This record gives sequence, C-alpha cells and structure tokens, in this order.
Amino acid sequence: MRREVPLFITFFIGMLLIFSVFIPPMESLGEDFTVFFDIIAVFAFFLGGGNLLRVHVSKLTRQKRDWQYSIVTLLGFAVTLVIGLFKIGNPGGIAAAPTAAGSLFQEIFDYCLVPLGATMYSLLAFFVASASYRAFRAKNREATILLIAAFIILLGRTPFGTVVTGWIPESFDVLQVPNLAVWIMNAPNLAGQRAIMIGIGLGVVSMSLRVILGIERTYLGEDKS
Amino acid sequence: MKRTTVLVMVGAIVIFGISWVLKSMSLTSTTDHYIAKGFAITFAAFLTLCIFSFLYKDNPFYKFAEHLFVGVSAAFWMSMGFWSTIVGNLIPRVSETLSNYFKVPYHPESYNPFYFLPVFLGILLLLRLSRKVGWVSRWPLAFIVGTTAGFNFIRYLRSDFIEQVSATFVPLLVDWQGIGHFFSNLSLSSTGQFVAMLSNWVIFFGVLCGIIYFFFSKEHKGVFGGASKIGIWILMITFGASFGYTVMGRISLLVGRITFLFKDWLSLIS
Repeated sequence: MRREVPLFITFFIGMLLIFSVFIPPMESLGEDFTVFFDIIAVFAFFLGGGNLLRVHVSKLTRQKRDWQYSIVTLLGFAVTLVIGLFKIGNPGGIAAAPTAAGSLFQEIFDYCLVPLGATMYSLLAFFVASASYRAFRAKNREATILLIAAFIILLGRTPFGTVVTGWIPESFDVLQVPNLAVWIMNAPNLAGQRAIMIGIGLGVVSMSLRVILGIERTYLGEDKS
Repeated sequence: MKRTTVLVMVGAIVIFGISWVLKSMSLTSTTDHYIAKGFAITFAAFLTLCIFSFLYKDNPFYKFAEHLFVGVSAAFWMSMGFWSTIVGNLIPRVSETLSNYFKVPYHPESYNPFYFLPVFLGILLLLRLSRKVGWVSRWPLAFIVGTTAGFNFIRYLRSDFIEQVSATFVPLLVDWQGIGHFFSNLSLSSTGQFVAMLSNWVIFFGVLCGIIYFFFSKEHKGVFGGASKIGIWILMITFGASFGYTVMGRISLLVGRITFLFKDWLSLIS
C-alpha cells in the first residue's frame, strides 16, 4: 500500500496522458488534468503554509536562535492571509478580484512584496560584480571567449556601445557593437541554447519514462517504520 | 540586547516616523488617503533599505525584512491560489450553492463530478503534516509526478527535441544567385547576404558541435574531438551572453529600486 499504490498511480496517470495525445476523444483529458494539477498545487500551497506555521511556532515556543524574527514571519503570514482570504479592504467585496485596484491585498503586493522581491534580486547585481571578476579573468581560451561574449552583450545594451562604434560605415555595420550583440544572440548563442535544449529534451523524456515505469522511485522517499 | 543595537533601532523608528510625516505632508495636495499612502511609501522604502543593508553585513534589519518576505509571500500565493484556482476553476464545476456564495458564474452543463478527485487528493496531501498517516500523502504526490511525467514526455519531445532539430536545418546558401553575384555584393552589413549565410552556418554547425560535446559515448579525439572543442566555444559564447543578460537584468532591477528611493520616496528627481 505504501509504495505499490503510488507506483501504480504514477504509471496509470503517466500512460493515460501519453496515450491521450494519440486518441482524439481523449484529447480534452489533458486540459482536465492541468486543472486537477493546479487544484492539488493549491493544496500544496496550504501544506507549505502549514509547515511554515509548524516550523516558526516551534522555533518561537522553544526560543531557538533568532526566535524573535519568527514573530515577524507569523504576523506577516497571518495578516496577509486574513486580508487575502476574506478580501478585507477590497472595494468590490467578495465578487471582485483579490488584487482589484485599491484593495488592501494589492497594496500589500505593491508596497511590501514588490520592494522586498525586487530589492532581493537587485542585491544580486553586487554579487554578480564579484562573480564577474572571477569569471572575466582570461585564464584560457574558453574563458576569453566567455569574457568577450559577455562584454559585447553588456556594451551592446548601453548607449556607450553605440557611441564608441557608431562611426563604422553601413556596409560593415554588423561590427557596430549593438548589431554585433544582436548577431551573437541570434546566431552562436542560439546554437548553444539549442544544443542545450536538445540535451535537456532527451534528458526529460528519458527521466519521464523512468518515472512512469517505476525505475526512478526517489520521489517516494524512504520508509522509516 | 546591546545598547548600540537599541540606539540604532530607536533611531530607525524615529527616522521612519519623520519620513512618514514628511511624505504624508507632501502628498496632501495630490492624494486622498495621504496618511496611508505616506505610510505605504515609507514602509516600502524602509524595506528596500533593510535589504540593501545586507551589503554591509547580516544584521537585524535584513533579518526582519527576510522573515517578513517569507511570511507575506507564502500567504499571498496561498490566497491567490485559493481565489484563482479553487474559487475560479473548481467551485463553478462542482457546486451551485458555493458558486452563488462566492458570486462566480455557475454553468450546470460544466458540472463534472471528476473534479472531486483532486479535492480528495489535495486533502490527502495535507495529511503530510501528520506523523502517523503521513505516508498517504504519497498518493497525491504520485498523481502530481505522474501528471508531470506524462505531460513532459510529449511536451519536451515536441518542443525541445523535434522542433529544435527541425529548426536547425536551415539553408546554408541564402538568396543564392551565383558565386559572381555573391562576391560582387560581399559586405558586412547586418542585413546582407553574407551575414545571413554566416548566421545559418554558425547555427547549423554550432548545434551539431554542441551536441557532439555532450556525447560522451565516444572518446573526444581526432575530428570528433575538434568538433567537440568548437562545441565548447559555442557553449562558452552562450554562457557569456546569458551572463551578460543576467547582469543587465539585475542592474535594471537595481536602477528601479534606486529610482523608487530617489523619486517616489525622497522626491529628489522628477
């Protein structure tokens, strides 16, 4: 029951979805299963929320290291959840979209989630600078190629690139840095991306087969009992 | 708590208060709810600065913002999932009473009892939180894994394999009207025949060499090794281009945050 049923479910659902592509009356099955998947994903969100509560309440009650910050997490979680689920402060009431203009939930998104998320990612600009220092050392031929490609792309996206190479005549304009950046993106970069995508495609297909046929079982975890 | 920490915290609260008052005053003529708007903008600026403070070192302000981000984003996506998927997609297909309660259109012809299955599996998934019957959550997990595997098998075979291979077979002679015409019109114009042909040669042989590099069943020696070497160069250009793009993306985000601080919060730039 603990391993056989999940393995059968994976096999049955996987095979059903593959065969549905070849049998026209079953084509709509794919759309239904996409919605099923989304519904279970919402329950997974709730599971994540429950786990977050469990972890932080335990940290708070046992007064583990930095337990004070768990209060911030729990408060932020509770306030946003109550406002979001009950549509508190939504001018359109229950019938309106949760992120309706002027709603409190949308304000939380605009003035809390967006600044936090965008700043967190923009912080990477500074760390990328130190990574660039390591990556951009032309130690060998491959590193030099990487350096030149990245340099042209960076320069091509700035007005400086146009200013520096704007004098190159039209019959040689592919050598102008912005055009060269476009060419790199459309030719060698595309070729590399495509080679990687073909590799990923084959990898995903073989992995899917392994999962469906029950060869790959790591997603089931281990039985401790 | 150290005395310096307390002083810094008190200082931060005082600066926050002053900023809130000043911002609200500056919004009186343009916004109705200027006190709330002033608070929102000041709070967003405070959170932005809290995250930036990590550049100095890990500190209580950063930890505060980080923990708030975790709590708020978890609740935000839970609420969005509930309203968009459960209320938007599930309820109109299973219950008229609930549809009326949530004021979503109910269509009797779209009633589908099969939609109780993901609800049942979703409830089983929540049993993961229980130690005794947690193993039952493997059933919905198996459903998710099976669905993903089934979808990906076809999707990746089509989009990442067949379509990519098909798109690689491009004409190596573009607008070919003879060798004389080719040499008489030879130029490095970005819209010219030579650059178009060069692009197609690079795409075709670049993909081929890139795949050869990933082929490990044969030793990379001789012609095969040479092609593999070119494959590495092509991949290096790809990584360089991706790196350049990532840097540009992060810098544009940084510019956005700095613009917010100087324009929306401090009103120093128009």
